Amino acid sequence: MAIKLNVNGQPVTVDAEPGTPLLWVLRDDLDLTGTKFGCGVAACGACTVIVNDEPVRSCQTMIEDLEGANVSTIEGVGGKDGSAAAKAVQTAWAKLDVVQCGYCQTGQIMSAISLLKSNPKPTDADIDTAMSGNACRCATYKRIRAAIHHAAQIMEG
Amino acid sequence: MGIETTRRTFLKSAAATGAALVIGLRPDGRIAVAATGSPAELNPFVRILPDGVVEVVIKHFEMGQGTTTGLATLVAEELDADWSRVTIDFAPADVARYKNLALGAQGTGGSTAIANSFLQYRKAGAAARDVLVNAAAETWNVPASTISIEKGVLKAADHQAHFGEMIAKAATLFAPEQPVLKSPDQFRLIGKDGLPRKDTPAKINGTATFALDVKVPGMVYVVILRTPRFGGKLKSFDASAAKAIKGFIDAKVLPTQEGVAVYAKNTWAAIKSREVITAQWDYSGAENRSNEELVAHHVSLLDKPQHQAVKGADLARTEAALKGADQIVEGDFIFPFLAHAPMEPLNCVIEPTQKGVRFHDGCQFPTVVQHVAGAILKIDPANVEIRTVYAGGSFGRRATPVADYHSQAAMAFALLGGKTPVKLVWTREDDLHGGFYRPMVAHRVRVGLKDGKIVGWDHRLAGKPILLGTAMASEEVTKSGIDPATVEGVNDTHYAIPELSVGVSSPETQIPVLWWRSVGHTHTAYAMESIIDMVAKAAKADPVEFRLAMLSGDDKDKQRLAGVLKLAAEKAGWGKAPAGRFQGVAVHKSFNTYVAEVVEISLKGGAVKVEKVTCAVDCGVPVNPDVIRAQMEGGIGYGLGAIMRNEITLSEGVVDQQNFPDYEPLRITDMPQVDVHIVASTEPPTGVGEPGVPPVGPALANAIHAATGTRVLRPPMTRAGVKFV
Repeated sequence: MAIKLNVNGQPVTVDAEPGTPLLWVLRDDLDLTGTKFGCGVAACGACTVIVNDEPVRSCQTMIEDLEGANVSTIEGVGGKDGSAAAKAVQTAWAKLDVVQCGYCQTGQIMSAISLLKSNPKPTDADIDTAMSGNACRCATYKRIRAAIHHAAQIMEG
Repeated sequence: MGIETTRRTFLKSAAATGAALVIGLRPDGRIAVAATGSPAELNPFVRILPDGVVEVVIKHFEMGQGTTTGLATLVAEELDADWSRVTIDFAPADVARYKNLALGAQGTGGSTAIANSFLQYRKAGAAARDVLVNAAAETWNVPASTISIEKGVLKAADHQAHFGEMIAKAATLFAPEQPVLKSPDQFRLIGKDGLPRKDTPAKINGTATFALDVKVPGMVYVVILRTPRFGGKLKSFDASAAKAIKGFIDAKVLPTQEGVAVYAKNTWAAIKSREVITAQWDYSGAENRSNEELVAHHVSLLDKPQHQAVKGADLARTEAALKGADQIVEGDFIFPFLAHAPMEPLNCVIEPTQKGVRFHDGCQFPTVVQHVAGAILKIDPANVEIRTVYAGGSFGRRATPVADYHSQAAMAFALLGGKTPVKLVWTREDDLHGGFYRPMVAHRVRVGLKDGKIVGWDHRLAGKPILLGTAMASEEVTKSGIDPATVEGVNDTHYAIPELSVGVSSPETQIPVLWWRSVGHTHTAYAMESIIDMVAKAAKADPVEFRLAMLSGDDKDKQRLAGVLKLAAEKAGWGKAPAGRFQGVAVHKSFNTYVAEVVEISLKGGAVKVEKVTCAVDCGVPVNPDVIRAQMEGGIGYGLGAIMRNEITLSEGVVDQQNFPDYEPLRITDMPQVDVHIVASTEPPTGVGEPGVPPVGPALANAIHAATGTRVLRPPMTRAGVKFV
């Protein structure tokens, strides 16, 4: 079936079977491989993208539910046109050298951006709640927490 | 025309076409310089690009441990390069030039990357410096001794140039046989903070390439319908239902009968097709036991150890010593199978080349992959090219002696005729069911005390050997029957222990086992550091003081262990925990690095909250302090999650756990505050990827005992009824 949606501000039409997760459409069809496959059951957050301003697990978001939706992936959040939250998060992630293997980090960053957009000054508890669905086997959590606080400071100016 | 004339003639033309200068090793091990594209070109360690950028060729893979940053630092240090103009590239498979000097093959493991590269990469950097300085001296007609390098710029009175401007001249010079290295007091980068990781930018904007991101023209996707039990063989299968799945291509039996390769036009179609294919299996030669039967088998081997792992030790003498004791402290420990579960499920791409094949892989052991794939495809291993890309974690999992997932990819590729590129993808379920676990291990420890002092120590282990029976086993290991990866951390303990006997036995099981971040130390440190705490309590001694007494003397290992123990205790405020907080301590040497950790917990309604871990590490010269801190933080988190709640169990040979919900990784909500303290040292640098892991489990166990009186001998903690906040 053909589905029309907007990905990173660009209209796209995809031909996929009903039941196909957005994750695999992004990765295999649209070559947007910054969104990662980690578990396939919405238990690790590596596939987090933003759909209509909400963070979702793209491995459990079916393509037929996305007619007309606005999808934002890691490839679309940064750069010149990026939001203040995205710029702050990526700056903080670089400053604190959060990454290790890096595989989960694009998902972490998408969740962190969503958190800061809705809550520009999160507490440790707010961070834990918002980020608990994003697993990192390298256990970079200490730096993730610190980087989100740092990003909040950057946004405050 | 002699070789040198050819070389110089070539170089003149090379200079005109913007060649790079490469610094590498000749087959005889000597350092050589050349221009790219020249007859003398070789696989290098360093490339000086025309714009002056220094590209460091990384012979190890990057799984997050910071190797790219570490090896780049070594070259940049000797070159006085501008860190912001240093880039990295992964080396191709070429064992002659890129072998791990600690392992003898090209590969990464055992926390050896910095240790084995420390002099090699610095020499390459120093050789580059030498030819660039001499090129500038000739060009400017000034003595080389008057030239300095500041942040990648060559300078002399009235002259300056970036590295790239000296390529043509430098390529005509000879590298020094023994490049002069800086003395530690001249270091500007090694041991300093403020060097951003080289892999950060690509990993935060989505452009970093992992193998799962690789797409080559004409590629098909394959998943494997694999035998549910280890050692099972396919009897028959029916793929007719898959024909209704859009994108399904075909299904073919792997020649090993371990499963069926399911081909499709995209990943999702491959996964969906596999779901509807049915198969019958022959389990007559499979591992069909359940978990508790396996535990019982391991424990039964403790009665009569097969081998003695301490030279000169004698079990009868140890038993006699124990008879004379006035107190016996004992414990039977059981450790479960553990999956590595790296974030990136295992996968790789294989495509045909003119002479053979090329893998795209987060490749941990290129030499093994070359040989295994070469044998399957009946081609010269040298014609198995490997393009190494970032690895989404490994923790040891990607380095199996049999190259398990690569061999599946090679077989699936060959079954299609060897012309179509194939991407092999594992799901998380495949990963947790894929074997190569940290082995199940049983320990039985009996320690005799007389007047508060240890008089004998009878330690017995039963665990399936990792190396024994594989191509990686040394002659010594094969002959002795003792796998060092089973007993390390016990038979080589640095504690002063009289009459130590370490008996070891090898259980029979078909479940493949493997090194899991810190290998044998994952269980030996837990058993040793738990029982030491129990012994200290029996001797009515403070756990830190008791350990220090067993680490006194001039022996360097003892001193370094005592050093980190004292530092961690001091920084953690040992013995001065605030009300409601409870501490536990452990200290352990692994991979020549010394780590002590103090875990501090609180109880909330009977549930444990891990509040803080204070870590002290002595890894010799700390090359990149922030990478060391990151590895300690990560090692602590990795060890903590496993010891809290992870185990792989089996029911009639089938692994019970399916995915993260029942193999729950450490979450941000579980992560304690972690403070890392690095010991200043001039000793040669040692590894940091693994050594942060071993102490955290026993330190947590000791803290839980201090808080609740519960002594967990069979982790994970949740199995023993410990609840976490």
